[in-house]
Amino acid sequence: MNLLGAWAIYRFEMARFGRTLGQSVITPVITTALYFIVFGGAIGSRIDAIDGVSYGAFIVPGLVMLTLLTQSLSNASFGIYFPKFSGTIYEILSAPVSVIELLLGYVGAAATKSMLIGGIILVTSTFFVDLQIAHPAMMLAFLVLTSVAFSLFGFIIGIWAKGFEQLSLVPALVVTPLTFLGGAFYTIDMLPEPWRTVSLFNPVVYLVSGFRWSFFGQGDVAIGISLGATLGFLALCVGVVLWMFRTGYRLKP
Amino acid sequence: MQPILSVRGVSKTYASGHQALKSVDLDIAPGEIFALLGPNGAGKTTLISTICGLVTPSTGTIRVAGHDALRDFRAARRTIGLVPQELSTDAFETVLATVRFSRGLFGYARDDAYIERVLRDLSLWEKRDANIMELSGGMKRRVLIAKALAHEPRLLFLDEPSAGVDVSLRRDMWKLVHRLREGGTTIILTTHYIEEAEEMADRVGVINKGELLLVEEKTALMRKLGKREMVIALVEPMHSVPPDLSEWHLALEDDGHKLRYVFDAQAERTGIPSLLRKLADMGIGFKDLDTSKSSLEDIFVDLVADRSGAAA
Repeated sequence: MNLLGAWAIYRFEMARFGRTLGQSVITPVITTALYFIVFGGAIGSRIDAIDGVSYGAFIVPGLVMLTLLTQSLSNASFGIYFPKFSGTIYEILSAPVSVIELLLGYVGAAATKSMLIGGIILVTSTFFVDLQIAHPAMMLAFLVLTSVAFSLFGFIIGIWAKGFEQLSLVPALVVTPLTFLGGAFYTIDMLPEPWRTVSLFNPVVYLVSGFRWSFFGQGDVAIGISLGATLGFLALCVGVVLWMFRTGYRLKP
Repeated sequence: MQPILSVRGVSKTYASGHQALKSVDLDIAPGEIFALLGPNGAGKTTLISTICGLVTPSTGTIRVAGHDALRDFRAARRTIGLVPQELSTDAFETVLATVRFSRGLFGYARDDAYIERVLRDLSLWEKRDANIMELSGGMKRRVLIAKALAHEPRLLFLDEPSAGVDVSLRRDMWKLVHRLREGGTTIILTTHYIEEAEEMADRVGVINKGELLLVEEKTALMRKLGKREMVIALVEPMHSVPPDLSEWHLALEDDGHKLRYVFDAQAERTGIPSLLRKLADMGIGFKDLDTSKSSLEDIFVDLVADRSGAAA
Protein backbone atom coordinates (compact mmCIF):
# COMPACT_ATOMS: atom_id res chain seq x y z
CA MET A 1 0.00 0.00 0.00
CA ASN A 2 1.40 3.36 -1.05
CA LEU A 3 0.08 5.70 1.65
CA LEU A 4 2.42 8.50 0.60
CA GLY A 5 0.88 8.31 -2.87
CA ALA A 6 -2.66 8.50 -1.50
CA TRP A 7 -1.62 11.40 0.72
CA ALA A 8 -0.09 13.22 -2.28
CA ILE A 9 -3.39 12.97 -4.19
CA TYR A 10 -5.39 14.01 -1.12
CA ARG A 11 -3.22 17.09 -0.59
CA PHE A 12 -3.34 17.96 -4.28
CA GLU A 13 -7.14 17.87 -4.21
CA MET A 14 -7.38 19.81 -0.97
CA ALA A 15 -5.05 22.46 -2.42
CA ARG A 16 -7.36 22.68 -5.43
CA PHE A 17 -10.32 23.26 -3.10
CA GLY A 18 -8.25 25.76 -1.16
CA ARG A 19 -7.76 27.86 -4.27
CA THR A 20 -11.51 28.15 -4.74
CA LEU A 21 -12.37 28.27 -1.05
CA GLY A 22 -14.19 31.57 -1.30
CA GLN A 23 -16.70 30.47 -3.88
CA SER A 24 -17.06 26.92 -2.58
CA VAL A 25 -17.97 28.08 0.91
CA ILE A 26 -19.75 31.33 0.22
CA THR A 27 -22.06 29.94 -2.48
CA PRO A 28 -23.64 27.17 -0.38
CA VAL A 29 -23.85 29.41 2.67
CA ILE A 30 -25.71 32.10 0.73
CA THR A 31 -27.99 29.53 -0.94
CA THR A 32 -28.84 27.94 2.38
CA ALA A 33 -29.44 31.29 4.03
CA LEU A 34 -31.89 32.09 1.23
CA TYR A 35 -33.72 28.79 1.81
CA PHE A 36 -34.03 29.65 5.48
CA ILE A 37 -35.34 33.11 4.78
CA VAL A 38 -37.89 31.93 2.20
CA PHE A 39 -38.97 28.51 3.52
CA GLY A 40 -38.11 28.92 7.17
CA GLY A 41 -39.03 32.58 7.71
CA ALA A 42 -41.58 33.66 5.11
CA ILE A 43 -43.47 30.48 4.20
CA GLY A 44 -42.51 28.42 7.23
CA SER A 45 -44.22 30.81 9.65
CA ARG A 46 -47.56 29.87 8.02
CA ILE A 47 -46.87 26.13 8.09
CA ASP A 48 -47.80 24.11 11.14
CA ALA A 49 -45.11 22.36 13.08
CA ILE A 50 -44.45 18.89 11.68
CA ASP A 51 -44.52 16.22 14.36
CA GLY A 52 -43.80 18.92 16.89
CA VAL A 53 -40.84 20.35 15.02
CA SER A 54 -41.06 23.90 13.65
CA TYR A 55 -40.87 24.00 9.85
CA GLY A 56 -37.68 26.09 9.92
CA ALA A 57 -35.88 23.45 11.99
CA PHE A 58 -37.54 20.61 10.06
CA ILE A 59 -35.84 21.55 6.79
CA VAL A 60 -32.32 21.85 8.29
CA PRO A 61 -31.35 18.15 7.86
CA GLY A 62 -32.73 18.17 4.32
CA LEU A 63 -30.81 21.29 3.39
CA VAL A 64 -27.56 19.92 4.78
CA MET A 65 -28.15 16.68 2.85
CA LEU A 66 -28.88 18.63 -0.33
CA THR A 67 -25.54 20.40 -0.03
CA LEU A 68 -23.65 17.21 0.85
CA LEU A 69 -25.00 15.42 -2.22
CA THR A 70 -24.35 18.17 -4.74
CA GLN A 71 -20.94 19.09 -3.30
CA SER A 72 -19.75 15.47 -3.10
CA LEU A 73 -20.86 14.78 -6.66
CA SER A 74 -19.33 17.85 -8.23
CA ASN A 75 -16.06 17.74 -6.26
CA ALA A 76 -15.33 14.09 -6.88
CA SER A 77 -16.47 13.98 -10.49
CA PHE A 78 -14.44 17.05 -11.42
CA GLY A 79 -11.42 15.81 -9.47
CA ILE A 80 -11.00 12.69 -11.62
CA TYR A 81 -12.49 14.07 -14.83
CA PHE A 82 -10.14 17.03 -15.12
CA PRO A 83 -6.89 14.97 -15.26
CA LYS A 84 -8.56 12.87 -17.96
CA PHE A 85 -9.45 16.03 -19.85
CA SER A 86 -6.03 17.71 -19.47
CA GLY A 87 -4.04 14.51 -20.01
CA THR A 88 -2.28 14.61 -16.64
CA ILE A 89 -3.97 11.30 -15.82
CA TYR A 90 -0.94 9.64 -17.46
CA GLU A 91 1.02 10.23 -14.28
CA ILE A 92 -1.66 8.76 -12.02
CA LEU A 93 -2.02 5.68 -14.23
CA SER A 94 1.73 5.09 -14.40
CA ALA A 95 2.23 5.58 -10.66
CA PRO A 96 2.54 2.74 -8.14
CA VAL A 97 -0.99 3.32 -6.85
CA SER A 98 -3.98 1.02 -7.04
CA VAL A 99 -7.67 1.80 -6.88
CA ILE A 100 -7.43 1.89 -3.06
CA GLU A 101 -4.96 4.78 -3.00
CA LEU A 102 -6.92 6.60 -5.70
CA LEU A 103 -10.12 6.33 -3.67
CA LEU A 104 -8.40 7.43 -0.46
CA GLY A 105 -7.00 10.43 -2.31
CA TYR A 106 -9.79 11.57 -4.61
CA VAL A 107 -12.89 10.38 -2.78
CA GLY A 108 -11.37 11.12 0.62
CA ALA A 109 -10.64 14.71 -0.36
CA ALA A 110 -14.04 15.28 -1.98
CA ALA A 111 -15.83 13.83 1.07
CA THR A 112 -13.72 15.95 3.42
CA LYS A 113 -14.68 19.11 1.60
CA SER A 114 -18.37 18.17 1.57
CA MET A 115 -18.33 17.47 5.29
CA LEU A 116 -16.63 20.80 5.97
CA ILE A 117 -19.28 22.64 3.98
CA GLY A 118 -22.05 20.54 5.56
CA GLY A 119 -20.72 21.55 8.98
CA ILE A 120 -20.60 25.21 7.99
CA ILE A 121 -24.23 25.06 6.85
CA LEU A 122 -25.26 23.41 10.07
CA VAL A 123 -23.61 26.22 11.99
CA THR A 124 -25.21 28.81 9.68
CA SER A 125 -28.63 27.30 10.35
CA THR A 126 -28.29 27.91 14.08
CA PHE A 127 -28.44 31.62 13.32
CA PHE A 128 -31.95 31.15 11.91
CA VAL A 129 -33.51 28.38 13.97
CA ASP A 130 -33.25 26.79 17.36
CA LEU A 131 -31.64 23.41 16.75
CA GLN A 132 -31.28 20.40 19.01
CA ILE A 133 -29.42 17.31 17.89
CA ALA A 134 -30.84 14.21 19.52
CA HIS A 135 -28.27 11.68 18.33
CA PRO A 136 -24.98 13.48 17.52
CA ALA A 137 -23.01 10.26 16.86
CA MET A 138 -25.60 9.02 14.38
CA MET A 139 -25.74 12.44 12.76
CA LEU A 140 -21.97 12.34 12.25
CA ALA A 141 -22.19 8.81 10.88
CA PHE A 142 -24.79 9.89 8.29
CA LEU A 143 -22.72 12.94 7.41
CA VAL A 144 -19.66 10.77 6.75
CA LEU A 145 -21.49 7.91 5.00
CA THR A 146 -23.42 10.22 2.69
CA SER A 147 -20.36 12.27 1.79
CA VAL A 148 -18.32 9.16 1.03
CA ALA A 149 -21.11 7.40 -0.88
CA PHE A 150 -21.89 10.38 -3.11
CA SER A 151 -18.22 11.20 -3.60
CA LEU A 152 -17.83 7.63 -4.86
CA PHE A 153 -20.83 8.17 -7.13
CA GLY A 154 -19.22 11.38 -8.38
CA PHE A 155 -15.93 9.54 -8.98
CA ILE A 156 -17.84 7.04 -11.13
CA ILE A 157 -19.46 9.85 -13.12
CA GLY A 158 -16.06 11.51 -13.58
CA ILE A 159 -14.59 8.34 -15.05
CA TRP A 160 -17.65 7.71 -17.19
CA ALA A 161 -18.00 11.25 -18.57
CA LYS A 162 -16.54 11.92 -21.99
CA GLY A 163 -17.16 15.65 -21.88
CA PHE A 164 -18.15 18.51 -19.62
CA GLU A 165 -21.74 18.14 -20.77
CA GLN A 166 -22.00 14.59 -19.49
CA LEU A 167 -20.30 15.70 -16.31
CA SER A 168 -23.19 17.99 -15.45
CA LEU A 169 -25.88 15.76 -16.99
CA VAL A 170 -26.25 13.26 -14.17
CA PRO A 171 -26.35 15.83 -11.37
CA ALA A 172 -28.87 17.96 -13.26
CA LEU A 173 -31.15 15.22 -14.61
CA VAL A 174 -31.00 12.65 -11.85
CA VAL A 175 -29.66 13.95 -8.60
CA THR A 176 -31.41 17.32 -8.32
CA PRO A 177 -34.90 15.83 -8.93
CA LEU A 178 -34.21 12.97 -6.56
CA THR A 179 -33.09 15.41 -3.91
CA PHE A 180 -36.09 17.69 -4.21
CA LEU A 181 -38.43 14.70 -4.21
CA GLY A 182 -36.45 13.10 -1.38
CA GLY A 183 -38.32 14.74 1.44
CA ALA A 184 -35.96 17.61 2.18
CA PHE A 185 -38.90 20.02 2.50
CA TYR A 186 -41.69 17.67 3.58
CA THR A 187 -42.31 14.26 5.05
CA ILE A 188 -43.32 11.67 2.52
CA ASP A 189 -46.47 11.08 4.60
CA MET A 190 -47.66 14.42 3.22
CA LEU A 191 -47.58 13.03 -0.34
CA PRO A 192 -50.72 11.48 -1.87
CA GLU A 193 -50.56 7.94 -3.26
CA PRO A 194 -49.06 6.73 -5.58
CA TRP A 195 -46.26 9.29 -5.03
CA ARG A 196 -45.78 8.12 -1.51
CA THR A 197 -44.97 4.58 -2.69
CA VAL A 198 -42.90 5.85 -5.61
CA SER A 199 -40.82 7.87 -3.16
CA LEU A 200 -39.75 4.70 -1.41
CA PHE A 201 -37.66 3.88 -4.48
CA ASN A 202 -35.77 7.14 -4.12
CA PRO A 203 -32.52 6.50 -2.24
CA VAL A 204 -32.33 10.11 -1.10
CA VAL A 205 -35.50 9.59 0.99
CA TYR A 206 -33.57 7.19 3.22
CA LEU A 207 -30.62 9.56 3.59
CA VAL A 208 -32.78 12.54 4.53
CA SER A 209 -35.00 10.46 6.77
CA GLY A 210 -32.06 8.95 8.64
CA PHE A 211 -30.37 12.30 8.97
CA ARG A 212 -33.57 13.88 10.26
CA TRP A 213 -33.98 11.05 12.75
CA SER A 214 -30.54 11.85 14.19
CA PHE A 215 -31.76 15.41 14.82
CA PHE A 216 -35.32 14.95 16.03
CA GLY A 217 -35.57 11.27 16.89
CA GLN A 218 -38.12 10.67 14.14
CA GLY A 219 -38.02 10.05 10.39
CA ASP A 220 -40.10 8.80 7.49
CA VAL A 221 -38.69 5.29 7.73
CA ALA A 222 -37.06 3.37 10.56
CA ILE A 223 -33.48 4.37 11.28
CA GLY A 224 -32.23 0.83 10.64
CA ILE A 225 -33.70 0.86 7.14
CA SER A 226 -32.16 4.28 6.47
CA LEU A 227 -28.77 3.10 7.58
CA GLY A 228 -29.07 -0.12 5.60
CA ALA A 229 -30.07 1.72 2.42
CA THR A 230 -27.16 4.15 2.79
CA LEU A 231 -24.66 1.36 3.33
CA GLY A 232 -26.18 -0.53 0.40
CA PHE A 233 -25.71 2.47 -1.91
CA LEU A 234 -22.12 2.82 -0.68
CA ALA A 235 -21.43 -0.85 -1.38
CA LEU A 236 -22.97 -0.56 -4.85
CA CYS A 237 -20.70 2.38 -5.69
CA VAL A 238 -17.61 0.54 -4.40
CA GLY A 239 -18.58 -2.42 -6.57
CA VAL A 240 -18.91 -0.28 -9.69
CA VAL A 241 -15.56 1.45 -9.04
CA LEU A 242 -13.80 -1.89 -8.56
CA TRP A 243 -15.31 -3.18 -11.80
CA MET A 244 -14.19 -0.03 -13.62
CA PHE A 245 -10.60 -0.46 -12.48
CA ARG A 246 -10.51 -4.18 -13.14
CA THR A 247 -11.61 -3.68 -16.73
CA GLY A 248 -9.80 -0.37 -17.25
CA TYR A 249 -13.15 1.17 -18.21
CA ARG A 250 -12.54 4.51 -19.98
CA LEU A 251 -9.17 4.83 -18.28
CA LYS A 252 -6.91 2.24 -19.87
CA PRO A 253 -7.29 0.94 -23.41
CA MET B 1 23.64 -9.12 -16.15
CA GLN B 2 19.91 -9.05 -15.50
CA PRO B 3 18.18 -6.70 -17.93
CA ILE B 4 16.44 -3.72 -16.35
CA LEU B 5 13.61 -4.20 -18.79
CA SER B 6 12.52 -7.41 -20.39
CA VAL B 7 9.62 -7.50 -22.84
CA ARG B 8 8.43 -10.91 -24.04
CA GLY B 9 5.82 -11.51 -26.71
CA VAL B 10 3.95 -8.30 -25.95
CA SER B 11 1.17 -7.51 -28.38
CA LYS B 12 -1.66 -5.04 -28.27
CA THR B 13 -4.88 -5.05 -30.22
CA TYR B 14 -7.16 -2.12 -29.40
CA ALA B 15 -10.90 -2.51 -29.03
CA SER B 16 -11.26 -0.98 -32.51
CA GLY B 17 -9.45 -4.06 -33.88
CA HIS B 18 -6.32 -2.06 -34.71
CA GLN B 19 -3.24 -4.13 -33.94
CA ALA B 20 -0.71 -1.62 -32.62
CA LEU B 21 1.92 -4.14 -31.51
CA LYS B 22 2.71 -7.55 -32.94
CA SER B 23 4.55 -9.72 -30.42
CA VAL B 24 7.47 -7.52 -29.40
CA ASP B 25 10.55 -8.95 -27.64
CA LEU B 26 13.11 -6.55 -26.20
CA ASP B 27 15.79 -6.58 -23.51
CA ILE B 28 17.35 -3.40 -22.18
CA ALA B 29 20.60 -3.55 -20.22
CA PRO B 30 21.05 -1.34 -17.15
CA GLY B 31 22.73 1.95 -17.93
CA GLU B 32 22.24 1.99 -21.67
CA ILE B 33 20.54 4.58 -23.83
CA PHE B 34 18.14 2.96 -26.23
CA ALA B 35 16.43 4.78 -29.07
CA LEU B 36 13.20 3.46 -30.47
CA LEU B 37 12.94 4.74 -33.97
CA GLY B 38 9.97 4.66 -36.27
CA PRO B 39 7.54 6.73 -38.31
CA ASN B 40 4.35 8.16 -36.81
CA GLY B 41 1.88 5.46 -35.89
CA ALA B 42 4.56 2.75 -35.82
CA GLY B 43 3.69 1.68 -32.26
CA LYS B 44 6.41 3.51 -30.33
CA THR B 45 4.08 5.21 -27.88
CA THR B 46 1.91 2.11 -27.51
CA LEU B 47 4.96 0.08 -26.55
CA ILE B 48 6.07 2.65 -23.97
CA SER B 49 2.53 3.05 -22.63
CA THR B 50 2.22 -0.70 -22.24
CA ILE B 51 5.45 -0.89 -20.25
CA CYS B 52 4.46 2.07 -18.06
CA GLY B 53 0.97 0.77 -17.28
CA LEU B 54 -1.12 3.17 -19.37
CA VAL B 55 -2.20 0.45 -21.77
CA THR B 56 -3.06 -3.13 -20.88
CA PRO B 57 -1.17 -5.57 -23.12
CA SER B 58 -3.24 -8.15 -25.00
CA THR B 59 -0.55 -10.81 -24.61
CA GLY B 60 2.96 -11.16 -23.26
CA THR B 61 4.89 -10.32 -20.12
CA ILE B 62 6.90 -7.29 -19.06
CA ARG B 63 9.49 -7.36 -16.29
CA VAL B 64 11.03 -4.19 -14.90
CA ALA B 65 14.14 -4.70 -12.75
CA GLY B 66 12.94 -8.27 -12.23
CA HIS B 67 9.40 -7.30 -11.18
CA ASP B 68 6.39 -8.36 -13.23
CA ALA B 69 4.79 -5.14 -14.45
CA LEU B 70 1.24 -6.39 -13.83
CA ARG B 71 1.45 -8.65 -10.77
CA ASP B 72 4.10 -6.63 -8.96
CA PHE B 73 3.16 -3.27 -10.42
CA ARG B 74 4.11 -1.20 -7.38
CA ALA B 75 7.74 -2.29 -7.36
CA ALA B 76 7.94 -2.15 -11.16
CA ARG B 77 6.45 1.33 -11.49
CA ARG B 78 8.51 2.87 -8.70
CA THR B 79 11.52 2.15 -10.92
CA ILE B 80 10.09 3.96 -13.96
CA GLY B 81 9.91 7.62 -14.86
CA LEU B 82 7.84 8.68 -17.86
CA VAL B 83 8.04 11.91 -19.82
CA PRO B 84 5.03 11.87 -22.14
CA GLN B 85 4.92 13.22 -25.64
CA GLU B 86 2.01 15.60 -25.03
CA LEU B 87 2.58 18.66 -22.85
CA SER B 88 0.05 17.49 -20.27
CA THR B 89 0.59 19.62 -17.20
CA ASP B 90 -1.51 21.02 -14.41
CA ALA B 91 -2.30 24.67 -14.85
CA PHE B 92 -2.72 26.30 -11.47
CA GLU B 93 -0.06 24.47 -9.48
CA THR B 94 3.40 25.90 -8.98
CA VAL B 95 6.41 24.13 -10.46
CA LEU B 96 7.69 23.12 -7.03
CA ALA B 97 4.30 21.81 -5.90
CA THR B 98 3.77 19.67 -8.98
CA VAL B 99 7.25 18.13 -8.76
CA ARG B 100 6.82 17.40 -5.05
CA PHE B 101 3.43 15.85 -5.85
CA SER B 102 5.07 13.48 -8.33
CA ARG B 103 7.61 12.34 -5.75
CA GLY B 104 4.89 11.65 -3.18
CA LEU B 105 2.65 9.93 -5.73
CA PHE B 106 5.40 7.40 -6.39
CA GLY B 107 5.66 6.69 -2.67
CA TYR B 108 8.85 8.58 -1.86
CA ALA B 109 9.24 10.71 1.24
CA ARG B 110 9.72 14.42 0.72
CA ASP B 111 13.33 15.38 -0.08
CA ASP B 112 13.72 19.10 -0.71
CA ALA B 113 17.45 18.91 -1.40
CA TYR B 114 16.96 16.33 -4.15
CA ILE B 115 14.07 18.25 -5.73
CA GLU B 116 16.15 21.42 -5.69
CA ARG B 117 18.96 19.61 -7.51
CA VAL B 118 16.55 18.33 -10.18
CA LEU B 119 15.05 21.78 -10.70
CA ARG B 120 18.48 23.42 -10.86
CA ASP B 121 19.70 20.82 -13.38
CA LEU B 122 16.75 21.71 -15.59
CA SER B 123 17.13 25.48 -15.11
CA LEU B 124 13.74 25.52 -13.39
CA TRP B 125 14.81 26.64 -9.93
CA GLU B 126 14.19 30.33 -10.64
CA LYS B 127 10.70 29.41 -11.83
CA ARG B 128 9.83 27.17 -8.89
CA ASP B 129 7.07 29.43 -7.59
CA ALA B 130 5.57 30.21 -10.99
CA ASN B 131 2.23 28.77 -12.00
CA ILE B 132 2.74 26.16 -14.68
CA MET B 133 0.30 27.81 -17.07
CA GLU B 134 2.52 30.91 -17.17
CA LEU B 135 5.42 28.89 -18.60
CA SER B 136 6.43 28.55 -22.23
CA GLY B 137 6.13 25.23 -24.04
CA GLY B 138 9.83 24.53 -23.59
CA MET B 139 9.65 25.21 -19.88
CA LYS B 140 6.61 22.95 -19.55
CA ARG B 141 8.62 20.19 -21.20
CA ARG B 142 11.31 20.73 -18.55
CA VAL B 143 8.64 20.52 -15.84
CA LEU B 144 7.49 17.16 -17.22
CA ILE B 145 11.08 15.91 -17.13
CA ALA B 146 11.48 17.18 -13.55
CA LYS B 147 8.26 15.37 -12.54
CA ALA B 148 9.55 12.14 -14.09
CA LEU B 149 12.89 12.50 -12.28
CA ALA B 150 11.27 13.43 -8.96
CA HIS B 151 11.23 9.84 -7.73
CA GLU B 152 14.77 8.98 -8.80
CA PRO B 153 13.80 6.47 -11.50
CA ARG B 154 16.30 3.88 -12.64
CA LEU B 155 14.56 3.60 -15.99
CA LEU B 156 13.52 6.80 -17.75
CA PHE B 157 11.24 6.96 -20.78
CA LEU B 158 11.36 10.02 -23.00
CA ASP B 159 8.56 9.89 -25.53
CA GLU B 160 9.51 12.17 -28.43
CA PRO B 161 11.61 14.47 -26.23
CA SER B 162 12.29 17.00 -28.96
CA ALA B 163 8.77 17.36 -30.32
CA GLY B 164 8.16 21.10 -30.45
CA VAL B 165 11.38 21.93 -28.67
CA ASP B 166 13.84 24.61 -29.78
CA VAL B 167 17.49 23.91 -30.53
CA SER B 168 18.86 25.15 -27.21
CA LEU B 169 16.49 23.02 -25.16
CA ARG B 170 17.26 20.05 -27.36
CA ARG B 171 20.99 20.50 -26.70
CA ASP B 172 20.28 20.91 -22.96
CA MET B 173 18.23 17.75 -23.01
CA TRP B 174 20.96 15.76 -24.71
CA LYS B 175 23.40 16.98 -22.07
CA LEU B 176 20.96 16.01 -19.34
CA VAL B 177 20.53 12.54 -20.82
CA HIS B 178 24.28 12.00 -20.85
CA ARG B 179 24.54 13.25 -17.26
CA LEU B 180 21.74 10.94 -16.15
CA ARG B 181 23.45 8.01 -17.80
CA GLU B 182 26.66 8.80 -15.92
CA GLY B 183 24.57 8.58 -12.77
CA GLY B 184 23.46 5.08 -13.83
CA THR B 185 19.98 5.83 -15.20
CA THR B 186 18.82 3.71 -18.11
CA ILE B 187 17.09 5.75 -20.79
CA ILE B 188 14.67 4.71 -23.49
CA LEU B 189 13.63 7.38 -25.92
CA THR B 190 11.37 7.34 -28.91
CA THR B 191 11.97 9.65 -31.77
CA HIS B 192 11.47 10.06 -35.43
CA TYR B 193 14.38 12.46 -35.57
CA ILE B 194 17.24 10.23 -36.59
CA GLU B 195 19.67 12.93 -35.54
CA GLU B 196 18.54 12.44 -31.99
CA ALA B 197 19.07 8.70 -31.99
CA GLU B 198 22.43 9.16 -33.66
CA GLU B 199 23.48 11.73 -31.10
CA MET B 200 22.36 9.93 -27.96
CA ALA B 201 21.76 6.24 -28.32
CA ASP B 202 23.97 3.24 -27.66
CA ARG B 203 21.52 0.94 -29.35
CA VAL B 204 18.76 1.57 -31.83
CA GLY B 205 15.56 -0.35 -32.35
CA VAL B 206 13.56 0.24 -35.50
CA ILE B 207 9.82 -0.25 -35.22
CA ASN B 208 7.25 -0.04 -37.96
CA LYS B 209 3.62 -1.16 -38.11
CA GLY B 210 3.87 -2.63 -34.62
CA GLU B 211 6.86 -4.83 -35.43
CA LEU B 212 10.33 -4.41 -34.04
CA LEU B 213 12.28 -4.81 -37.28
CA LEU B 214 15.76 -4.79 -35.80
CA VAL B 215 17.69 -3.98 -32.65
CA GLU B 216 21.37 -3.24 -33.04
CA GLU B 217 24.30 -1.32 -31.60
CA LYS B 218 24.18 2.06 -33.23
CA THR B 219 27.82 1.90 -34.39
CA ALA B 220 27.40 -1.64 -35.71
CA LEU B 221 24.28 -0.57 -37.55
CA MET B 222 26.09 2.35 -39.08
CA ARG B 223 29.00 0.13 -40.01
CA LYS B 224 26.84 -2.59 -41.46
CA LEU B 225 24.60 -0.41 -43.48
CA GLY B 226 26.70 2.72 -43.72
CA LYS B 227 27.83 3.67 -47.20
CA ARG B 228 29.90 6.62 -48.24
CA GLU B 229 29.80 8.34 -51.51
CA MET B 230 31.94 10.78 -53.36
CA VAL B 231 30.71 13.21 -55.98
CA ILE B 232 33.24 14.47 -58.48
CA ALA B 233 32.37 17.72 -60.26
CA LEU B 234 33.89 17.61 -63.75
CA VAL B 235 35.42 20.49 -65.67
CA GLU B 236 34.11 19.12 -68.99
CA PRO B 237 30.83 17.20 -69.13
CA MET B 238 30.90 13.58 -70.34
CA HIS B 239 28.43 11.67 -72.52
CA SER B 240 29.15 8.34 -70.88
CA VAL B 241 31.46 6.81 -68.33
CA PRO B 242 34.68 5.73 -70.09
CA PRO B 243 35.18 1.92 -70.11
CA ASP B 244 38.54 2.38 -68.40
CA LEU B 245 36.69 3.50 -65.29
CA SER B 246 34.29 0.57 -65.23
CA GLU B 247 35.86 -1.12 -62.19
CA TRP B 248 34.61 1.74 -59.95
CA HIS B 249 30.96 1.42 -61.09
CA LEU B 250 30.54 5.15 -61.45
CA ALA B 251 27.26 6.86 -62.15
CA LEU B 252 27.02 9.89 -64.37
CA GLU B 253 24.74 12.64 -63.12
CA ASP B 254 23.70 16.21 -63.72
CA ASP B 255 23.86 15.97 -67.58
CA GLY B 256 27.34 14.52 -67.42
CA HIS B 257 28.72 17.20 -65.11
CA LYS B 258 29.13 14.93 -62.10
CA LEU B 259 30.43 11.46 -61.35
CA ARG B 260 29.09 9.65 -58.32
CA TYR B 261 31.16 6.95 -56.65
CA VAL B 262 29.66 4.81 -53.86
CA PHE B 263 32.05 2.92 -51.61
CA ASP B 264 32.15 0.99 -48.39
CA ALA B 265 33.46 3.24 -45.67
CA GLN B 266 34.77 0.30 -43.64
CA ALA B 267 36.69 -1.42 -46.46
CA GLU B 268 40.48 -1.71 -46.37
CA ARG B 269 40.79 -0.02 -49.70
CA THR B 270 38.29 2.62 -50.58
CA GLY B 271 39.50 2.88 -54.16
CA ILE B 272 39.63 6.64 -53.95
CA PRO B 273 43.38 7.24 -54.52
CA SER B 274 43.46 4.88 -57.49
CA LEU B 275 40.35 6.46 -58.99
CA LEU B 276 41.79 9.95 -58.67
CA ARG B 277 45.12 8.77 -60.19
CA LYS B 278 43.28 7.18 -63.07
CA LEU B 279 41.30 10.35 -63.73
CA ALA B 280 44.53 12.34 -63.78
CA ASP B 281 46.17 9.80 -66.13
CA MET B 282 43.21 10.04 -68.48
CA GLY B 283 43.37 13.81 -68.40
CA ILE B 284 39.89 14.20 -66.96
CA GLY B 285 39.82 17.45 -65.02
CA PHE B 286 37.66 17.99 -61.92
CA LYS B 287 36.99 21.11 -59.96
CA ASP B 288 35.42 19.78 -56.76
CA LEU B 289 35.11 16.67 -54.61
CA ASP B 290 32.43 16.05 -52.06
CA THR B 291 32.14 13.02 -49.82
CA SER B 292 29.28 12.21 -47.47
CA LYS B 293 28.28 9.29 -45.29
CA SER B 294 24.80 7.93 -45.18
CA SER B 295 23.01 8.83 -41.97
CA LEU B 296 20.76 6.68 -39.85
CA GLU B 297 17.99 8.37 -41.75
CA ASP B 298 19.03 6.81 -45.06
CA ILE B 299 19.47 3.47 -43.34
CA PHE B 300 16.07 3.77 -41.80
CA VAL B 301 14.33 4.74 -45.01
CA ASP B 302 16.02 1.83 -46.80
CA LEU B 303 15.00 -0.57 -44.10
CA VAL B 304 11.37 0.45 -43.92
CA ALA B 305 11.12 0.53 -47.71
CA ASP B 306 12.76 -2.92 -47.99
CA ARG B 307 10.33 -4.45 -45.56
CA SER B 308 7.26 -3.00 -47.13
CA GLY B 309 8.65 -4.02 -50.54
CA ALA B 310 9.26 -7.56 -49.33
CA ALA B 311 5.83 -7.77 -47.78
CA ALA B 312 4.10 -6.59 -50.94
